[in-house]
Amino acid sequence: MPCWQNYVGGLTMFVNGVTLQNRGVPDSHRLSVYAGTGGYAALRKVLLDPMAPDQIISEIKKSALRGRGGAGFPTGLKWSFMPKGVTGTKYLLCNADEGEPGTCKDRDIMRYEPHRLIEGMIIGAYAMGASAGYIFIRGEFVEPIHIVEAALEEAYAKGYLGQNILGTNFSFDLYVYRGAGAYICGEETALMEALEGKKGQPRFKPPFPASYGLYGRPTTINNVETFASVPDIISKGGDWFLNLGKPNNGGTKIFSVTGHVQKPGNYEVSMGLPFKDLLEMAGGLRPGRQLKAVIPGGTSTAMVAGAAMMEVTMDYDSISKAGSALGAGSVIIMDDSVCIVKTVERISRFYMHESCGQCTPCREGMGWLWRVMHRLENGQGREEDLQLLLDVGSRIEGRTICALADGGVAPVVSSIRLFREEYEYHIQHKRCLISMGAA
Amino acid sequence: MLSEKSLAAITHERTKYPAEQARSALLAALRIAQEEQGYLSEALMAYVADLLGLPAIHAYEVATFYTMYDLRPVGRHKLCVCGSVSCFLNGSDAVIKHLSERLGIGLGETTADGLFTLQEVECLGACKDAPMMQVGDRYYENLTPESLDALLAKLRGGSDDVC
Ligand SMILES: NC(=O)C1=CN([C@@H]2O[C@H](COP(=O)(O)OP(=O)(O)OC[C@H]3O[C@@H](n4cnc5c(N)ncnc54)[C@H](O)[C@@H]3O)[C@@H](O)[C@H]2O)C=CC1
Ligand SMILES: Cc1cc2nc3c(=O)[nH]c(=O)nc-3n(C[C@H](O)[C@H](O)[C@H](O)COP(=O)(O)O)c2cc1C
Ligand code: SF4
Ligand code: FES
Repeated sequence: MPCWQNYVGGLTMFVNGVTLQNRGVPDSHRLSVYAGTGGYAALRKVLLDPMAPDQIISEIKKSALRGRGGAGFPTGLKWSFMPKGVTGTKYLLCNADEGEPGTCKDRDIMRYEPHRLIEGMIIGAYAMGASAGYIFIRGEFVEPIHIVEAALEEAYAKGYLGQNILGTNFSFDLYVYRGAGAYICGEETALMEALEGKKGQPRFKPPFPASYGLYGRPTTINNVETFASVPDIISKGGDWFLNLGKPNNGGTKIFSVTGHVQKPGNYEVSMGLPFKDLLEMAGGLRPGRQLKAVIPGGTSTAMVAGAAMMEVTMDYDSISKAGSALGAGSVIIMDDSVCIVKTVERISRFYMHESCGQCTPCREGMGWLWRVMHRLENGQGREEDLQLLLDVGSRIEGRTICALADGGVAPVVSSIRLFREEYEYHIQHKRCLISMGAA
Repeated sequence: MLSEKSLAAITHERTKYPAEQARSALLAALRIAQEEQGYLSEALMAYVADLLGLPAIHAYEVATFYTMYDLRPVGRHKLCVCGSVSCFLNGSDAVIKHLSERLGIGLGETTADGLFTLQEVECLGACKDAPMMQVGDRYYENLTPESLDALLAKLRGGSDDVC
């Protein structure tokens, strides 16, 4: 099973070595295969060795693991917020609602490594004293839902879940919850509303979930990839994980590289890998094409010009210095065949569709942005439209309950900043600078 | 209104949540009802709400909020083509055009024989295998005109679960 791997360019590095390490092994989703490659050893160590909950949390802190759902919040710190000594149920949730355009990594973890996720959650539950948990999987992911449900059954049968796990007095029940189609349910508090059987509309934060979560109980929620990183951090140590990446940016991260590359796919690499090496791993651009722009972290993050992106390394700090965000690691590549206006119009449509409608600036604003983008794209743009887009954007940002609206503004504003002349061409010539054929 | 099997499945869903949180089983109960009856009529929504001891309005709210619930009859095969950015960059518009020509229907429409409904949907989380679409429980990825035609032929041949 290749972990230390050579790739084009001659660099030797740790590739697909943590959360996707068994991808490619036949039946990697089965407990027997997972156990045969060291699976559930971390859980045994934690429960039988034993390791105190505080020790686990301090190991996660040491690893510099940051939330893989997009916001990059330090996981160990989040776990330490769970109140101790409370009576009643504490909950642990997994966010598997993956819906940000360009993001397709959690699906692969669930298809190929469901037990790594489950083991990570059991260890987390023990560390935080949670007695029940739900894996919230988007409803369209029928195949991953069946795989994760089968894996849960296997884990129950082996005594890794349920009452008195491995003969200790620790008990934890874990279930799959199926979403029903709504991007907004990926926002953690909307997810809790959905789990309570309601419309998935975000709650004001604070209070954060650790003080008021599912059913108002103390709750911690993490992304699939975050939990799947936990077993190896426990068995190999926080320092080991930290050193795979960079200070403050520990470990490896899956980058979903999509769009105009020859080998789109999920590449799990060390944090801090130069973007140009990642591009090369993904097969590079199509012959004769130039890199025009990159959206580095999913459509909610700002666009970066191709040339600037070639100087960036793939970690939270470097990408934010370039004016964008690492987000969920969803790297969308656009070559010079792309019409920026048409592409951003498509992205704006997404946010208009997905606004949950609670906040006026978002409900009205996402529609405004799309309608103006739409008329620009269709040759009916007016001179004042660019300023209008920027004004509407600045009236939305920071004025809503959740980050969806800011996410809808980012691609519009960043693309106007980078490709203003292309927008102006649309207004003056009533058509695209570039005609996009069917790729 | 529902079979014993569906009722048992709903009862099973309730066991996943604390006894006083029956509402948590609502999304699943509506899905199970839709799977059996094809779509959620108002009467069916009210019936499902009643099963869980909830006011009917709770079921309407949920059924109208989430995209996977159908409030009207749809074709036997719903072709849901992803049109979000990664699929768009890899030709999702051409996929829609191809299906639309082959089936003689536009987006949101159903063929006269009731076999196919064509829809454009937002990102399905399979962006690396763009362009893609969902039909029933399955994803079809890296679509080409040839693979689309082959799939349509299989679905027309009466298969519900094809690869
Ligand atoms: N994976 C996907 O499909 C998507 C990911 N995203 C990403 O989601 C991000 C936004 O997520 P949010 O949850 O709104 O970000 P956030 O910054 O509000 O929270 C991040 C996490 O840290 C916790 N947290 C933050 N501040 C805290 C504090 N002071 N005390 C206790 N806990 C605290 C939150 O509870 C949450 O779990 C965006 O950056 C975007 O990249 C957005 C859309 C889809
Ligand atoms: C509109 C919106 C959608 C989101 N969708 C997801 C998602 O699909 N998956 C996810 O893990 N986090 C998503 N998030 C981020 C979550 O709110 C939350 O930060 C995350 O689940 C925390 O887990 P982490 O700390 O492990 O990243 C979304 C946030 C927003 C604002
Ligand atoms: S910002 Fe938009 S999606 Fe978020 S709560 Fe407000 S209306 Fe809903
Ligand atoms: S953009 Fe089509 S599956 Fe994500």
